[in-house]
Order: sequence, then structure tokens, then C-alpha cells
Amino acid sequence: MARSFSSRKEGPAHLGGSTLQRQKLLFVFVGLTPILLIYGVVRIWPIIRTFSLSLFDSDLVKPEAKFVGFQNYTDLLSDDSFKTAFINTSLFALGTVVASLTLGLALALILTQFIRRSGIYQLVYFLPFVMPIVPVAIVWRWIYDPSYGLLNLFLSWFGIPKQAFLLYPETGLWAIVAMNVWKVVGYNMVILIVGIRNIPLLYSEAAAIDGAGRFGVLRYITVPLLKPVILFVLVVTTIGAYNVFTSVYVMTQSTTASGNDIKILVGEIVLNGFRYSKMGYASSEAVILFVVVMLLTLIQFRFVRSDT
Amino acid sequence: MSMLEFKKVKPDSLGTFGRNTQFRRELWWRIPLHLILIIGAGLMLLPFFWMFATSFKPPTEVVAWPPNFIPENPTLGNYGKVFELMPFARYFFNSLVITLTCMGTICLTSSLAGYIFAIFKFPGINIIFIIILATAIVPFETYMIPLYLLMKEFKAIDTYQGLMAPNLIMSFGIFFMRQNYIAFLPEELLDAARIDGAGEWKIYWRIVLPLSSSALAALAIYAFISVWGAFIWPLLITNSSDMKTVELALAGFQTAYTVEYGPLMAGSVICLLPILIIFILLRRQIIESVAITGMK
Repeated sequence: MARSFSSRKEGPAHLGGSTLQRQKLLFVFVGLTPILLIYGVVRIWPIIRTFSLSLFDSDLVKPEAKFVGFQNYTDLLSDDSFKTAFINTSLFALGTVVASLTLGLALALILTQFIRRSGIYQLVYFLPFVMPIVPVAIVWRWIYDPSYGLLNLFLSWFGIPKQAFLLYPETGLWAIVAMNVWKVVGYNMVILIVGIRNIPLLYSEAAAIDGAGRFGVLRYITVPLLKPVILFVLVVTTIGAYNVFTSVYVMTQSTTASGNDIKILVGEIVLNGFRYSKMGYASSEAVILFVVVMLLTLIQFRFVRSDT
Repeated sequence: MSMLEFKKVKPDSLGTFGRNTQFRRELWWRIPLHLILIIGAGLMLLPFFWMFATSFKPPTEVVAWPPNFIPENPTLGNYGKVFELMPFARYFFNSLVITLTCMGTICLTSSLAGYIFAIFKFPGINIIFIIILATAIVPFETYMIPLYLLMKEFKAIDTYQGLMAPNLIMSFGIFFMRQNYIAFLPEELLDAARIDGAGEWKIYWRIVLPLSSSALAALAIYAFISVWGAFIWPLLITNSSDMKTVELALAGFQTAYTVEYGPLMAGSVICLLPILIIFILLRRQIIESVAITGMK
């Protein structure tokens, strides 16, 4: 298709400015239209409709069966499942962020300040991040297995009896946090390493001349200058954690005690929207998720701006 | 051996100054650090090792207690069994078709749109770009319900088109390619080609695309990894067993009444393998492109 277009254009060599401009315009129009069409259909329109749908009460046949205004949102306030899901997801995000940021920062500092030839470590620590979540969650579920799991083997070396980590939400949530930390810590590490490498050597050298020890330089120069990068990592990890679904779904499906499953935000959206066909109600939950992500992004922009 | 070095180095390092000495003085620091890092690396790899080990164990060994780290009687039986217990080849084919097609469209749309947004200055183009940028941060999970309804209207539930729909375009890809063209595409070259009478499509096809091949390769890898790992959308949009992806099949398989972890691990290995191969072959480029762009 591209060929036929171009051959048609191979006209006079001395093109006037306006002809050229018209050709460019045609190219932009023909090139951009299908892309924007797809973009509008699979992204922009669904985003808009999420908001409008959240104002409706859906039934099985019609998503927009009855306009109810903000009824769905007020219902959310008294929905215990939603509240639990919101708290669980926030705990999940908090646990993931605190652990993966601390570990990621420690790794980044060690690998840039104390170790030469850190390439192989970077590779290994980064590996889990690129791996697809489903097989990873499956093998972690097998590691957490109450009867044959690897973790119970380790615990048995210390005389601790076998545990069913995923059976109850209280322990299951943290077991999945541990897996998630394992998965994202390498990403945080890589971004922080780049951040550290981008700090001009000049600063730390000046501090060293002024008598700062290695840890003094870390504490007063490297980490403060790294703040925008730390914030970026923090926000990206938090957003990712708020969208958690697959790992929880795969690791707790049919393992948890009945009625005791780990409730999370996206899980509630899927459950209400697709199991109970309450698309409007589920959309209002989606809007809440959207607001959380939006606020996090705004916080990041604000702080990064005030810092620079 | 390192202890020996440590003893040899220390006295001499106390007497002199300079970077090299400082580095040597810290040698004794680095031994425990390496130890910690190696243990950590072991923990990072352990789940993968465990997956591989289990996939080669015969059924009796899978449920042995205490478990063996290395299979005593390694067998390929589990790999045969995945294909017996479910149409795994079909699932793999589905995943591959979806992933490769989406990878292609993402690369094409990202480079074309990125090129237009980077080079062409027409009124309104910037506004369109800002809209794309603004919608890029909206997580998929928030708008999947209306997208599902739309697919229902298009009669695309349980079809390849439906499965591919959200991944035909990647806002991050457009942004990434645009940055790349702004930084590396010499506009004089484009003007020279125009003076030589080349049409805009020919310029795009013959000059712009080849010049951005390394950025496109990075984007292609990223697209492959993210589409291959998709789960929630395939879960929603497929009904029939025929349209399942590998991920979906594995997740469904493990909820069967008796979970057979041997074949399940074998299936997981197969699902992981394409990404693992890509990672091993292109490890440097992958880490670098993540480092440069912060892609997630």
C-alpha cells in the first residue's frame, strides 16, 4: 500500500512550497486517521464511557438500564466488600512499595558504590520483572503449598510446622506481597542505578574533599539528589500495585477457605461487572481506581517540579 | 582466596592515599556484600529453578516429602502430558498469533504516529498528542468494562480480533518513538529526499523506518513481553476453550480438582521459554532500554 502511494507522488522534481505542504498534509491525514480511529475506539471512548456508565444501574441486557446519578458511589460507601478490597489493595501497595523500594535502593547503592562489575547481579535481579506473571504466580503458589511447598521445607529446618500461607487473607495477602516484591525489585533497582549514575561525580567529590566519608556522601549527597528518581519509582510501583489482579487471582483461586478470598479492587470490578453483571456499579469502582492512580501521578508531577 | 588477598592488601593500603587505596581498603567490605548479593541472587533464581526441577520430576517425586532439589529420575513425561491433558499446542499457537500480530501493529502504529508527532507541524497535532499522553496513564483495568461492551457490540467476543483489540496500539510506544525521532532523525535528510522527488510514504518506508530500527527493536521486545504476559483481558473476552491463551490455560488447569503440578510446571516452563530466550539473547538491550525510558 505504501508503495503505490509513493510511486504516485514521484512527480516533478521542482516542487512548489504549497504542493509540498499539501503532500505533507495528505501524509499526516492518511497516516494518522486510522491510528486515531483505533485509539479512539479502544481507549478514549471506553475511558469516557467508564465515567458515564458509573452513573447507571445496569441489568443483564442493558448496561445503561436506569440513570441513578451518584447512587453507585454512595452505595460503595456502605459496601463492606469494597471497603475490604480498598484496604487490602492499599496494604498490598504499601507493603510492596516499602519493601521493594528499600531493597531496590539498597541494591542500587551497593551495586554502584561498593561493587565493580555488577552486571551479572543486575541481570539476575532484573530477570523476574520481565517474566510473564501467570507461570510465575503458579510456581510461587507451589512454593507456598501447604503440604509439599518449598517454603515449608525451609521452615521445617527451623522446626516450624507446615503452614497454609494462602488459605487466609491475613497471611495470603502478605505472601503475595512477598512475591510481588521479588518481581518488581529488579525494576526499581535498574531505574535507581540510572538515577545514581546521572548524579554528577563533582558533588560527591566535593563532599569527599570537605571530609565526608563514604556513608556521609551517600547520606547527604547521593540519596537527596536521588529524590526525584525515588519518587518516580515510588509512584510507578504504587500504581502497579493498585492494579494488582492476576497474581492474586492465580494464587488464591480455589485454595482459600470459602468466602475467605482476598478481596482487591480489580477483583471487585471483575466480580461485580462480569459475574453479577452490575456493570454500572463496577464502573464506579473503576472510577475510584482511576482517581487513586490520578492522584498518585499528580503528586509525582508536583514534587518533581518543586524539586527541580 | 579472597581472605589471602585481604591480608596482603591491608597493611600497604594504610600507608598510602588515593582512589585505588580506598578501593582496596574496602575490599573486606565487599566480601560479605558479595555473599549477601549471591544469596539474594539465589533467591531470585530459586522459583525458576524450582519450576524447571519440578517439570522434570515423575509424579511420585513431585509430592515427595522432603522434596528433592534435583530430580532423581528426570523424565520428559510431564511435557508430553501437558499436550495430552489439554490442547496446549492450540493455546500456544493462539498466544503466538496474538502476540506477534499485536507486536507488528504496535511497532507500525507507534513509529508512524511517533514520526508524525515528531516532525510534522500542523495546527492541532500537538493537542492530539497531548490527549494521547494524558490517556496513557489511565490503567487498562479502569476501562475494560466499556471495552468489553464494545467488543460485544462488534461481535468480537471470543475472537482473535477481540483478544487483540486493546493491544493494537500502545500510547507508550507512540511516545517512545516520537522521542526517538526528535533526538535522532536528521530533518535535512528528509528535505533532501523531498527535493529528490521522493514521496512522503517512500520517505517513511525507506528512510525513517530503517533509521529507527534499533528503537523499533526495543519496542518490539517490550510489546512482545507485555502482550505475551497479558491475562485479565483474555480472561474476560474468551468463552470457548479454543480461544484460550497459554496463560489462561495454565491458570485454568491449576484449578482442576486434582492439580498435577508436574505437567503444570512443564506448561509454565513452555510459557516462560519464549521470554527467557529473548531475555538471554538481548539482556543488555532490554535492561538499557528500560533504564533509558523507564518503561513499565
